[in-house]
Amino acid sequence: MSFIQKHITHRDWRGFVLPVGFLVIWTAVTAAGWVNTKLIVPPSDVIAAAYKYFTSGTFFSGLGASLGRDLAGFVLGSLVGVAFGSLVGLSRWANRLAGPTFHTLKHISLFAWLPLISTWLGQGDGAKIFFVALSAFYPVALGTIEGVQGVARAQVEVARVYAFNARQLLFKLVLPAASPQIIAGLHLALIYAWLATIGSEYLLAKSGPGLGDAVIQGKTAFNVGLVVFGMLLVGLIGYALNRIALRAEARVLRWRGRAS
Amino acid sequence: MTAASSIEKAPPPLPTSLPAPGLRLSTLRITALAGDFVKRFGLAATGLILPLLLLALWQHAASQHWIAEQLLPPPALVWQSLVELWGSGDLRSHIAVSLSRIGWSFLIGGSVGLALGFAMGLSRQLKAYLFPTFEVVAQFPVVGWIPLLIIFFGIGEALKISAISIAIVVPIVINTYKGIANIPNALLDVARVYRFDLPQVIARVVVPAALPSLFNGLRQGVMQAWLSLVFVELLAASEGIGYLMVWGRQLLQLDLVVVGMIAVGAIGVLLDVSLRLVEARLQRWRKVAF
Repeated sequence: MSFIQKHITHRDWRGFVLPVGFLVIWTAVTAAGWVNTKLIVPPSDVIAAAYKYFTSGTFFSGLGASLGRDLAGFVLGSLVGVAFGSLVGLSRWANRLAGPTFHTLKHISLFAWLPLISTWLGQGDGAKIFFVALSAFYPVALGTIEGVQGVARAQVEVARVYAFNARQLLFKLVLPAASPQIIAGLHLALIYAWLATIGSEYLLAKSGPGLGDAVIQGKTAFNVGLVVFGMLLVGLIGYALNRIALRAEARVLRWRGRAS
Repeated sequence: MTAASSIEKAPPPLPTSLPAPGLRLSTLRITALAGDFVKRFGLAATGLILPLLLLALWQHAASQHWIAEQLLPPPALVWQSLVELWGSGDLRSHIAVSLSRIGWSFLIGGSVGLALGFAMGLSRQLKAYLFPTFEVVAQFPVVGWIPLLIIFFGIGEALKISAISIAIVVPIVINTYKGIANIPNALLDVARVYRFDLPQVIARVVVPAALPSLFNGLRQGVMQAWLSLVFVELLAASEGIGYLMVWGRQLLQLDLVVVGMIAVGAIGVLLDVSLRLVEARLQRWRKVAF
């Protein structure tokens, strides 16, 4: 990740050439009428659509609904993922029993679960949160298994000498020792959870609140301004979530000291 | 620390194919093989317990009509649909459509991604212009693009190819760029001593040194492509595996949905395994320590 940090510390003007140039060309081309402005709308349309969406009151309820589903699914999936991963990582029998099934099912591409989930749980919040939780479960479980299995034998022996009971062993040794991999899994899970939130809102679009629902409605009404704005918003939230995760990761893992 | 633990470590067990004289050799080897077989078979068998239990539960739930048959098709029906769809060629044609979409997108997205990654890796100037924008856009969720793409391209083949290509480009660019940026300077110094020109440096130093990272990108790209393929076929398609599932869902024939899931999973495994094989083959020259 060092290349990202390097890039933050010396931000030079050359990075702005591309986006600013793009904006200028976009404005010029639409103003001159060289393109079909119904299809490629001028930036002012996007701003107008954004303003209308902001003031209509559906913006904050939609944003809240999406982020709420994202968070609920993320927390649920992560908790189950850590529990499952610890079990499979620690117990050889659990690994033999559940490992092959887990590693086979993870090959089913995420969205392929959605038709089945929507048949069973409907198109409401329940189905969406379950789906988001499923998307968060896999990376967290994988990270936890990897981390737990990588705990050094010598450390476990020290814990034996100190006569740790099972709970102390889990919370004082195994989980902290596995935390780098678990946190890497949580980071991935955050990215996948947002993808799954938006994806499920697109596929199970109802007239309910949600960013994805709003974008789909905009698409149906051919409101290109709203679609572009929604897409930008979805993207920037994804970017922000990733940023927060990077910060949190660095902070939580500070006890390890610098790598080099 | 490592030295101490290696001293205390118990001596390794004697290899089972110990060259013992005469008759004993073959009996030893046979018992070892048999033991190995039983062990492996036993491991595989324990892995089968859970799926078999689930299958039994599924069968039981279906035969007792705990849940309506429309919502939970019995396993036999799923199997029958799978065999019928495969036999009639329907399933194969859906798979072929999906795979050809992956192939085209891989060709387009892969070449664009490699070109961008190499350009940014080799030229500091280009990187300064392109990377900041790329880094932000790369973190947009893939599916976020799709409504906009639908407006531009409609719901035809162009939509699928463009959406999947975008999904492929991002991991390939990032991994290519990182692979090149992380090449140790010493390697490039040696190339300079040998007075390699640019094509030589690329072919003999940059590509081999960046290959592991490159393959990482390819694998992530294929997985992302598979993810977004299923998504875009669920959202808007008239053929392909995703369409088969949507169709089954609309007719409330969940056996078709489950058949689709089986196909998606099987192809996911196949893609993963074949990429691993290619990677192992291309990297045979690399003598790894571990």
